[in-house]
Amino acid sequence: MQRRTFLKGSLAASAAGVAAGAGLLVPGSVLAEWNTAAFGAKDINEAMTAIAGGAGEASGDIKIKAPDIAENGAVVPVTVTSSIAGTESISIFAANNATPLTSSYTMGEGAEGYVSIRIKMGKTADVVALVKAGGKVYSAKKEVKVTIGGCGG
Amino acid sequence: MSTIKLRAKDKDGVVTVKALVSHPMETGLRKDKKTGNKIPAHFINTVTGEANGKTVMTAYWSGGISKNPYLSFKFKGAKVGDTVKLSWADNTGKSDSGEVKVK
Repeated sequence: MQRRTFLKGSLAASAAGVAAGAGLLVPGSVLAEWNTAAFGAKDINEAMTAIAGGAGEASGDIKIKAPDIAENGAVVPVTVTSSIAGTESISIFAANNATPLTSSYTMGEGAEGYVSIRIKMGKTADVVALVKAGGKVYSAKKEVKVTIGGCGG
Repeated sequence: MSTIKLRAKDKDGVVTVKALVSHPMETGLRKDKKTGNKIPAHFINTVTGEANGKTVMTAYWSGGISKNPYLSFKFKGAKVGDTVKLSWADNTGKSDSGEVKVK
């Protein structure tokens, strides 16, 4: 049993060595910041509180570009532009998805308040964008009608 | 073969990065039609954009991002000829990265 434990240990050590040698491409600290509570929340308000501290106040300085009608819910293009000074992060939700938070973006040095992605939408819902800037939370939303749901469920 | 197609274009000091990544982005909710078993969650959970050694953008993704994900972001602080790097890691421990010069 000791030999097996020893072998398992050395295998694990060498595997870790390979990973370290490959140069952990995304730092461990970044992985640690993946917000499990926010991404697992089934209710959009819970998700918004977990990721940004609240639902924020509506702002006309956040523009959401998304189709009025998405023919394929598996691929819905969404572009969020925030002209709020000091935008620190943008989080994007699809209100009626099983887990509404689709993604969250932290702006690094010099980054603009802009992100364009493609999300899955299970059914017609509001796409909500939350922006954190200067210690406050702002939001905007746009309804996207979905004809064929994209979560395959 | 890299899983990442990357472009970075400078216009008036703002660099627009566009990336297309090959990845199944499985939510873990889909069922295999033949067996009826759930296909395990397999999705990119973090993406990092770097330029000139600085992290410019960090993205946290879920299975709610479409398969073969597209991502575009903008930043100031790099000029034509500088290198932009994009790295991703998924929930199974796989990762990849790609680099491109700003045009």
